[in-house]
Amino acid sequence: MQVNGEYKPLIVAFCCNWCSYAGADLAGNNRLAYPENVKIIKVPCSCRVNPMFILRAFQRGADGVIICGCHPGDCHYTSGNYYTRRRMSLLFSMLNFLGIEKERTRVEWVSAAEGAKFAATMNEFTEAVAALGENKRLEDLRCKR
Amino acid sequence: MQKITADMLIEKAVSLLEAGTISRVLGWKKGEFDYDVTPYVFADAESLKKDFVFDDFCGANFSKYLVAETRKAEGKVLVFLKPCDTYSFNQLLTEHRFDREAVYAVGIPCEGMADINKIKEITGDGISSLTSKGDKIVVDTIYDGEKEVDFASVLAERCVSCKSKKHVAYDELMGDEGDITDSARFDEVAQLEAMTEDERFAFWQSQLSKCIRCNACRDICPACTCEKCVFENPESPVENKAISDSFEEKMFHIIRAFHVAGRCTDCGECSRVCPQNIPLHLLNRKFIKDINSFYGEYQAGAEVGSRAPLVDYTTEDIEPGEAVMKGEGENA
Ligand code: SF4
Ligand code: SF4
Ligand code: FES
Repeated sequence: MQVNGEYKPLIVAFCCNWCSYAGADLAGNNRLAYPENVKIIKVPCSCRVNPMFILRAFQRGADGVIICGCHPGDCHYTSGNYYTRRRMSLLFSMLNFLGIEKERTRVEWVSAAEGAKFAATMNEFTEAVAALGENKRLEDLRCKR
Repeated sequence: MQKITADMLIEKAVSLLEAGTISRVLGWKKGEFDYDVTPYVFADAESLKKDFVFDDFCGANFSKYLVAETRKAEGKVLVFLKPCDTYSFNQLLTEHRFDREAVYAVGIPCEGMADINKIKEITGDGISSLTSKGDKIVVDTIYDGEKEVDFASVLAERCVSCKSKKHVAYDELMGDEGDITDSARFDEVAQLEAMTEDERFAFWQSQLSKCIRCNACRDICPACTCEKCVFENPESPVENKAISDSFEEKMFHIIRAFHVAGRCTDCGECSRVCPQNIPLHLLNRKFIKDINSFYGEYQAGAEVGSRAPLVDYTTEDIEPGEAVMKGEGENA
């Protein structure tokens, strides 16, 4: 995304309510810094994330999309994140097959106690996406003004 | 050329109609040209004798038609199924899309179907008739007379890489049962995987930009039987072709292929009906190849009731990051 003529990677982070969103909260409470252009969208469980959500995020200007959920085995709904894991494995592999840079998508398991991991993940992911430049391959010109 | 003839199938259908086993027949009807055979429901012996055809242009897979047809009237529908069609048939049963009791399925052997576009590439346009003779097809054209093409050279892509000559579902079988074949169907996918991201992007951009969003690939797909579709939502930005932009194409194709992932039997209907000749099977096969490599071999429709890989899991599954690397190929 361009902000005042300068490229700032816009990151959309889907975080599950029970672990990762709480992890983000903890990062905040502990004053651990992560880039302000990480936009968090809270979802009840990582498996709530429909492939359409991810494509829509790219369409509306995201440069990278990350999905965060409870560690496998710890999902609040027992098995949600196991489905997430399969879906995202296949979806991201397909995006890469279509030539969309694989560094733009990621899944990370972050528990409510891992505020530091949340901040570190976001810093690292933002940097990786920054290095790629703007998302051109999944952009929608109709959404750009 | 097919080993089984239209006459044999008509005879079978008429005897079943007369015995009262079935009330109607889902079959191939003569079209305006020899190559545009149309799916049709025949209700009596007369119409069968008049219009029923079976030849090298009967690619249409009837499984999906059963969803609507079985609800229309009492009595059983007779359906003729080629080996690949029986996989779709089973997949639809697995998903409870029609009542098995409302169908009488007759398995028929298949020698592969011809692709009219491949024929036109050789003979040019203006085809007035097509006649199969042994391993040749005699093509009569209005511009420069009769020509002969080798059946093997005009075989449809999906038949070149046929995965099975064995029927996995039927009430009755005509002819001999075949085997599951060793096909090279993932070769093209592997070639793409071996390319760089930029090359792949350029390839798909050139393919998908041809799409006119006729939705034929969606409509024909036996794995795609929702009665309401996301692509029909006028509030979505992907209801129609967007001329200004390529996002709509990618969204449509990613979602179309993803939502049948694990359920797609690789019947090849989507590629067959695409008026723009987009190799849609490569998207489906990428998913199938990945599923096989990540979660173990799985063939949708091989048996009724099997659990599709995307509604299943193990606690040891591969992580998405590794999966993407693996998906890029042992080649990378
Ligand atoms: S996606 Fe294509 S190959 Fe797969 S089941 Fe549907 S029509 Fe057949
Ligand atoms: S059949 Fe071909 S042109 Fe029509 S929507 Fe599908 S891919 Fe596009
Ligand atoms: S609730 Fe956190 S992944 Fe399911």
